[in-house]
Amino acid sequence: MPIRSLKGGVTALLAVLIFIAGVWAQSSGLIDEFLFYLPDVQYLVVGHLQLTAISGGLAIAVAVPLGILLSRPGMARWAESLMQVLNVGTTIPTLAVLALSMSFLGIGIVPAVFGLFVATLLPIARNTYVGLKGVSPALMEAAAGIGMSPAQRLFRVELPNALYVIFAGIRTALAINVGTVPLAFLIGAGGLGELIFTGIDLYDTVMMLSGAIPTALLAIVVDALIASIAFLVVPRGVNPARA
Amino acid sequence: MIQLDNLTKVFETPKEAVVAADHISMNVPDGEICILLGPSGCGKTTTLKMINRIIQPTSGKVFINDEDTSGMNTQDLRRNIGYVIQQIGLFPNMTIEENITIVPKLLGWDKNRYKKRAREMMDMIAMDAEAFLKRYPSELSGGQQQRIGVARALAADPPVMLMDEPFGAIDPINRAVIQDEFLKMQQELKKTIMFVSHDIDEAIKMGDRVAVFREGKLVQYSTPDDLLAAPKNAFIESFLGEDRALKRLNLVKVSEVVSADIGSVRPDDTLETALSRIDDFGYQNSILMVNDRHQPAGVITRAVARTTKGYCRDHFQSAPPVVRLDDDLRKVASLMFANDTTWLPCVDDEGRVSGQITQRAMTHHLGSRFRSRPDNSASIRPDSNAAKE
Ligand SMILES: Nc1ncnc2c1ncn2[C@@H]1O[C@H](COP(=O)(O)OP(=O)(O)OP(=O)(O)O)[C@@H](O)[C@H]1O
Ligand SMILES: [Mg+2]
Repeated sequence: MPIRSLKGGVTALLAVLIFIAGVWAQSSGLIDEFLFYLPDVQYLVVGHLQLTAISGGLAIAVAVPLGILLSRPGMARWAESLMQVLNVGTTIPTLAVLALSMSFLGIGIVPAVFGLFVATLLPIARNTYVGLKGVSPALMEAAAGIGMSPAQRLFRVELPNALYVIFAGIRTALAINVGTVPLAFLIGAGGLGELIFTGIDLYDTVMMLSGAIPTALLAIVVDALIASIAFLVVPRGVNPARA
Repeated sequence: MIQLDNLTKVFETPKEAVVAADHISMNVPDGEICILLGPSGCGKTTTLKMINRIIQPTSGKVFINDEDTSGMNTQDLRRNIGYVIQQIGLFPNMTIEENITIVPKLLGWDKNRYKKRAREMMDMIAMDAEAFLKRYPSELSGGQQQRIGVARALAADPPVMLMDEPFGAIDPINRAVIQDEFLKMQQELKKTIMFVSHDIDEAIKMGDRVAVFREGKLVQYSTPDDLLAAPKNAFIESFLGEDRALKRLNLVKVSEVVSADIGSVRPDDTLETALSRIDDFGYQNSILMVNDRHQPAGVITRAVARTTKGYCRDHFQSAPPVVRLDDDLRKVASLMFANDTTWLPCVDDEGRVSGQITQRAMTHHLGSRFRSRPDNSASIRPDSNAAKE
């Protein structure tokens, strides 16, 4: 068990370090400085999550059906070229997407949500499409051969088998989304960006960190949340996490 | 009855058009197993998949019970045809139980009925329901998965089955077991089955009829015995192998060759009597000794009978192995070779001697059938392709 005890040692060391850092922070008054921003943080986190929820929810609601549609045999002729477009779309930096969105829709919540929506949409649509296309032809043949209708094939065979890949897309997309919401402040929406960018402008490190640290934590929490949903929802037989 | 009428499939590939099935015409009568046999790429799978319309025929028709399948609703058609695909194709997202019960569910069976059915199917394929029903396909071996594939196809008790190399991934010993199980089941259920194989031994064992394909054409369609006895051309002959006469041994039962006429002695007969019986019956080296209940008790050899005086009971050698009326000749031949003998006694269910089987009778039986080559496949509808060969 040398590895296990090593791990234990590292954890203990980490705890000690955190404790020392905490003591130092307390004595230097840093914690009080952070606590000063707590009401702001609480307020902004809610706004931040609202932006994520609305834009992410919309993106999932559009991207999954879009991916399904593109993966239908009848769409085969268009699907590949459309996927190319989506792939190019994914490479555009999200800040550029927001800027573009602002130039069409002006300033405020709407262009922010729209920009975030577009940035989130692409990875989900792409993973849905790739996941569905990746379902083994033998499975599709077996499903057809026992007399399933196209809808039954989609819901009982294709989607369950693609679900893990689809969830992976949602995870990536929402991580991007949470991390991009601060940029939305630049075009006039709320969120933790307010603390971050104001902090930068004022050379106020504590203010900036009061925005940045919760943003990072949110990204981790959202990721863990989606991962646990995937763990529960994806059937055991096709869920590498539960194998 | 499954009836194929000039069924043809041409695949257009970028390079050329591949004729995967070329005017295939044949009938599979109700309750029979028809084996589609042939080398890889000869069009067996293609022909099979045109029956449940996984592949659309380029031309030609398929009739099931005299109904043209092209006019039927594809989903209804398929739900009434059990289908075992070559790649097994279990649904990895479903448990074994869900896999087996999927067709009954599609057909709207109630829960108790399909749950019970899943257990019956597990018994039929000789797998432990408790241990396996709640598992997922990825937790099974290839051979186990293949058996579940067969169970899934059988679950809704369809009258027609299409099976594409259903036992291909199972080791020889278990394959023989599951083949036997399947044949036993078929005797009760009497399904009409199209069964793809590229194993000639499996074809002979499982098939009521065998259709041999080559490059998309049906070359010969006959019973296994006719196929082995009278291969239509050099291709079939070479495909069957040089030991095709031996393969026929599998198909002939002792009861077809046995002669009831067997001389024997009793323990209290003298060796003198034994010698004269050996001569009377024209035996070369030995004669069987039976006990009161007419069961084999030993043999008296000619050498002993000629040189020794006394009673049989004091001078016999151990009894030869016995065969039963429903054994096949392959087993008989094997016993003969192993025991260096040219005859074996044949016994009934009580172990009483009911006749004997001799090497001469066996070779004669096989040889005479070999000669009766012309017109013995007349019972099967001749097809246009084969006629051209
Ligand atoms: N979708 C397809 N497109 C083009 N050619 C095909 C297609 N499917 C099959 N073929 C060709 O048709 C021929 C017959 O194929 P088929 O799958 O029926 O062979 P098979 O007899 O089942 O062989 P095996 O024993 O290897 O399974 C082959 O030459 C194959 O390459
Ligand atoms: Mg095949």
